[in-house]
Amino acid sequence: MVDTAILVEGLGKQYRIGAAPAQSRSMKDAALDLVRAPLRRVRSLRRTEDTPNIWALRDVSFEIKAGEVIGLIGRNGAGKSTLLKILSRITPPTTGRVTLSGRVGSLLEVGTGFHPELTGRENIFLNGAMLGMRRYEITRKFDEIVDFSGVEKFIDTPVKRYSSGMYVRLAFAVAAHLEPEILIVDEVLAVGDAAFQKKCLGKMSEVTQNGRTVIFVSHSMAAITSLCRRVIIMEKGGVFLDTDIQTGVRVYLQKLFEGDQAGFLAPGEKRFGNGAVLFTDFWMEDTDGNTLPVARSGEDVVLAFAYQTADGAPLRGKLSAGFSLVDDHDRTLFIVYNDYTNQLFEDVSGRGVLRCRINRFPLIPANYRVTGVLNVDGEEADRPEKGLGMMLVTEGDFYGTGRTGSNAAPFMVMGDWSVSAAENAASTLHNALKETTP
Amino acid sequence: MARLTPISSSTPKPDVYVPHKLVIEPPSRWTSLELRELWQHRDLLFFLTWRDLSVRYKQTILGPIWAVMNPVASMLIFSLFLGGLVGVASDGVPYPLFSFAALVPWVLFTNTLNRTAVSLVGSAGLITKVYFPRLIIPLSNVLSSLVDFGLSFAVLVILMLAYGYLPTLNILLLPFFVLLCVMIGLGVGLILAAMNVRFRDVGLFMPFFLQAWLYATPVVYSSSLVQGDLLRTIYNLNPMVSVVEGFRWSLLGVGNSPGTTLLLPIALAIVALVCGVFYFKQTERIFTDVV
Repeated sequence: MVDTAILVEGLGKQYRIGAAPAQSRSMKDAALDLVRAPLRRVRSLRRTEDTPNIWALRDVSFEIKAGEVIGLIGRNGAGKSTLLKILSRITPPTTGRVTLSGRVGSLLEVGTGFHPELTGRENIFLNGAMLGMRRYEITRKFDEIVDFSGVEKFIDTPVKRYSSGMYVRLAFAVAAHLEPEILIVDEVLAVGDAAFQKKCLGKMSEVTQNGRTVIFVSHSMAAITSLCRRVIIMEKGGVFLDTDIQTGVRVYLQKLFEGDQAGFLAPGEKRFGNGAVLFTDFWMEDTDGNTLPVARSGEDVVLAFAYQTADGAPLRGKLSAGFSLVDDHDRTLFIVYNDYTNQLFEDVSGRGVLRCRINRFPLIPANYRVTGVLNVDGEEADRPEKGLGMMLVTEGDFYGTGRTGSNAAPFMVMGDWSVSAAENAASTLHNALKETTP
Repeated sequence: MARLTPISSSTPKPDVYVPHKLVIEPPSRWTSLELRELWQHRDLLFFLTWRDLSVRYKQTILGPIWAVMNPVASMLIFSLFLGGLVGVASDGVPYPLFSFAALVPWVLFTNTLNRTAVSLVGSAGLITKVYFPRLIIPLSNVLSSLVDFGLSFAVLVILMLAYGYLPTLNILLLPFFVLLCVMIGLGVGLILAAMNVRFRDVGLFMPFFLQAWLYATPVVYSSSLVQGDLLRTIYNLNPMVSVVEGFRWSLLGVGNSPGTTLLLPIALAIVALVCGVFYFKQTERIFTDVV
């Protein structure tokens, strides 16, 4: 039997938005306002019924079992932060209730409660106590925390002299070593350098493997995918979808980018070629044939091109299709023709779909333009000037490690690294060559 | 974690950890004090107090001497002008000792009140990010004020010995007056802290408020100056009168020994504290939405 760790029933949170008071228009008005203002302020603070209200959260219900790791995603303003604030008891709900089983540790903002004048050592104790740890727990964890943060040299220096990186490392270390039954983490992985981010992700998955319940909020789909098995998508203050990670991320990305495919192949757009066969549509699919609104780096993706001959009759001759991806600097990143791989098409039907599968899609997240050309027997039949459509690529787990790598270069290549001592054959040869070179 | 360690073999119960349930619901009008939770966070109380103290005197030359400077400097000024130039009567006690014996509890009172009054707003950065029982903050202010009080009390003892005053058995009642003083300071401070969340006027109003209260309390003069039944009755509505008189009585042996006259200030202090705590508890729930 798995116990419920978090039960949220009909949760709602209403915020009052005070109407802005009118501006003074003249010196006289300003002087009068001086007298009136306190009275009006008192009145406006007292009168609460007729000020406009908004529901930041409305009728939110879900259940999380002990040991589950939930990704909470949604656009800014969808109510994620409000939900987390209620779960961490920073603000009370207006309606509904939450039942929590176990101690809650929340990491809403790294470094909260650090005092600049105090040393790292002092701050560890203060911050730990604030997160609900007992003194002996902190003492027991102290070395581990310092070790994780990598600031042991400066542990007795006031944190105001720390670099921002050190500050954040120490703060995450304290929070990550808290051992709550329920851990609420909001976007902490957005801090620190790549190496530390990896360390954080590692620590997070360690926490989740220890059977703790985790609610993890992030805009990084790579991090969400590598940590969670279930996602809750929030929208407009409510739960939009509560589903498994694959579906959730797909639907979320679809919603995020929907409406971006403009009519590249619309009638009236300029096209080159003799028109013997024409592109009629372009879309992306996953390997199971489901349409993809967005591709993810590192995932297998299928580009599908629908075509039609001018008269609808089967095509006579050799059909050669090619496409290329162009980035927003108008650089063509790669070109793929079916001829390259000796996959030749001859006498195809009058209407059909050409599909090209790209394994482990190697480009970094961006918005790419897809251009294409159809040749029949070596003669250009169709080449739409603008291209066929856009290909949105978002963060994925290319390296299979949850790391996103650098965005400074357009391609991602899987490296297989090793290190060995200098005495091996290759380096001996290298040295020998060096010696013979004048 | 202690709660997760297996139950020892002597207990026949199965090794099942049952976490405590916590229900979060919309705030009701009457909130509980959540004393159990306060107790669970006692380490935080300790660390916050210690942070208060160490931060206040870090990068200062005189360090904790500053805690004593406030009452000592006031005592010197009052002794020079009121004791020396004006010649205010001091019930037969040397004026410096007379005023200092009152300034020590008075500074404890104003420190508690001042620090408590800004506690909610001053810790906004913390309160909007981490949950812990908010009462911890004013309580840590009380503790840090008590530490400062301890230092200036040591100076008071030295001053007493220097003037040849030896403590009598009356001193046994002194802790009670300290408690009364802290209760009033904390109670009024909590009310002001909660008001301060909505009306920042509180911070600007405080100096006048405390100055007026100082003159309504026999710190620089003797309460024997207050004559007339009506005036005296109104005067006694200020519970700090009893605190200051109590201090002088238990340390210097001047004034009437306190008796049933203490009932009113005790009642007032309890009312202030209860009102303060409940107003504070109510405000802390909406705090993050208002600040």
